[in-house]
Amino acid sequence: MFDFERLTIDDVSRFYGRRRALSHVSLSLEQGELVGLLGPNGAGKSTLLGVLATLVSPSAGTVHYGDRTGVDGGLELRSQIGLLSHELQLYGELTARENLEFFAGLFDLSDPAARASEALERAGLTARGDDVVLGFSRGMRQRLALERALLHHPRLVLLDEPFTGLDEQSTQTLSDRLRALRDDRRIVLIATHDHDVVDGLVDRAVLIDNGRLLSLDGSDGTLRERYRSAVGSRR
Amino acid sequence: MMAMSARLFSGLLAVAAIMFVGAPILIVGAPYESTMGLIQKIFYFHVPSWIAMFLAVFICGVSSAVYLFRGKASADRLAATAAELAVLFGLMGLTTGPLWAIKAWGVWWQWDARLTMALILELIFIAYIMLRAYGGPGSEKLAAGLALFGMANVPFVYISVNVWRTIHPTTDVLPNLSASAPGMFWPIVWCFLAFLVLFGVLLMARMRLEALRARIDAIHLALEA
Amino acid sequence: MRRFFQVAWLVMRKDLRVETRSWEMVSTTLFFAVSCVLVFSFAFVRGGRAIEGAASGILWIAVAFSGTLALGRAFERERYQDAMRALLMAPVERSAIYLGKLLGIVLLMATVEVVVVVAIVFTFRAPLFAYPGYLAALLATGTVGFATVGTLFAAMLLRTRSRGVLLPILLYPVTFPVLIAGVGGTVALMGADPNLDLARFWTALLLFFDAVFLTLALWTFEPVMTE
Repeated sequence: MFDFERLTIDDVSRFYGRRRALSHVSLSLEQGELVGLLGPNGAGKSTLLGVLATLVSPSAGTVHYGDRTGVDGGLELRSQIGLLSHELQLYGELTARENLEFFAGLFDLSDPAARASEALERAGLTARGDDVVLGFSRGMRQRLALERALLHHPRLVLLDEPFTGLDEQSTQTLSDRLRALRDDRRIVLIATHDHDVVDGLVDRAVLIDNGRLLSLDGSDGTLRERYRSAVGSRR
Repeated sequence: MMAMSARLFSGLLAVAAIMFVGAPILIVGAPYESTMGLIQKIFYFHVPSWIAMFLAVFICGVSSAVYLFRGKASADRLAATAAELAVLFGLMGLTTGPLWAIKAWGVWWQWDARLTMALILELIFIAYIMLRAYGGPGSEKLAAGLALFGMANVPFVYISVNVWRTIHPTTDVLPNLSASAPGMFWPIVWCFLAFLVLFGVLLMARMRLEALRARIDAIHLALEA
Repeated sequence: MRRFFQVAWLVMRKDLRVETRSWEMVSTTLFFAVSCVLVFSFAFVRGGRAIEGAASGILWIAVAFSGTLALGRAFERERYQDAMRALLMAPVERSAIYLGKLLGIVLLMATVEVVVVVAIVFTFRAPLFAYPGYLAALLATGTVGFATVGTLFAAMLLRTRSRGVLLPILLYPVTFPVLIAGVGGTVALMGADPNLDLARFWTALLLFFDAVFLTLALWTFEPVMTE
């Protein structure tokens, strides 16, 4: 089965008319990395995630998943990518278990029922497994949605604003889960505008602003300070 | 490249102008058709507008397919241009048709197969333009899908309206005037060529506008780099 | 190949399941379709008798209008919570998702049509049940044709501004042959002197339309759904 160790974004740009959503973005991510993609709203974070998820094709440049590119990766590529949107992508009218079983079937997993039960356990929702998702709190839906995105054990995990609307407890749970993914040698990329929450969580942080990428590595000051100075200096 | 096409453009424009000035002369000289009298002469403009519209529809459909499956931006510009030309020439055809009908048969519209097909195509390509105008970013690909479906629809509309009409026969609005009288041959060929040149002129002008827009966008993008 | 149809089936089953929780789409679409028929009956029935051929036209108008409504609603569900993007991430030919949605829509429209036919028989006293097999074939091929184009367009417009009004603007001209063929075939079946050959012709034309446009839709689904 297809797998890859390194994700390379090679000079990727994406234009819409004269609007630059992404401009000459280059980045490399390895297995076992937890990377923060920071930036203000409208900076291009979601577009970049879309490109990495093969939902958006770049106007220029290539994305390399190991030795395959995004263009000729084929549908096998998608079996190694997990995307969690900001909106959580769950069917409110279905139960938690039904949601998981549906997606397990969609991802061609053997024994969807068993995988769904495992996922429910990981999310800590076994007791609510047969309740309709509409009645869940944001934190519960978040946990369920994350497990939904991870059902097929993808190598690349893309998360768009996963910490939105979560209370402290849920934030902690999510952070722990993400660390576990990193330790499991996945490539985890979190897009968020909330630099405080990812400080200390991510191994590396990059800033995207107006479609351009800037590294935020360094040991001088907290992530917040580095972010502020990077964004501030660009105004 | 630009200089060459600028010369070509001016040349074609001059040719088109000359041909349209000359057209009425030829049309006046052409013989009258047996039954309809003067009004029949509208056919010299009516039929070529038709053909121009179909050409535009075909170009739009094919370039839309190229854009959808190959992603070439120039194909998208060609499709947008062709759609506008389809609407324009379609409008000419849809105006001249009823004008002819009202004078010749006393009714504006007779659900003639070809006129109805043109009307449907006109609606499809007006929808194309609306989609690009109101759909927001990314609607170019969607419009391309619509154009492809529109082009594929042509035979179905024609067959269905044609068969529908044979069940409800009405006077044939557009009889086949291909070789009714020898004197009609040259005027129709002249007008056909005139429309073709006009089509080319408008296509070039509009494409140039789109290409310039793309250039400006590219400059904007490069500037902010 | 097997996987393709399996995914389509899964998507359709999911849609059915979601629908059976609330029955919202079926009930609202049914209600709308029947209201359509009633409104038209006021317009086209004079002195207890229907205007010649009105019933056939109204049948297909009700199908088209309620179908458009259902299409909008069906994809609104996928838009909500960005579910469509999750579907597009499945490691399968993306057009399998299209097929699954199409099957669901056809099922919904078929359900509505059964009720609409009955409603028309009552309000117009139209002999729609004279040739039930022929009528069923006509409705089946016509519905598939309408839904084939409609499902693609509704999916296409998922993230588009003004999608509510743009769907009918795009859909009706392109499905014009379906409506002509449907009405033509229905008219041929009713009336004092039914023309079964003609009805067969229209059904065959619709079948051909379905084949061409289904192929086109499966072909173009992925390019129009990805940016």
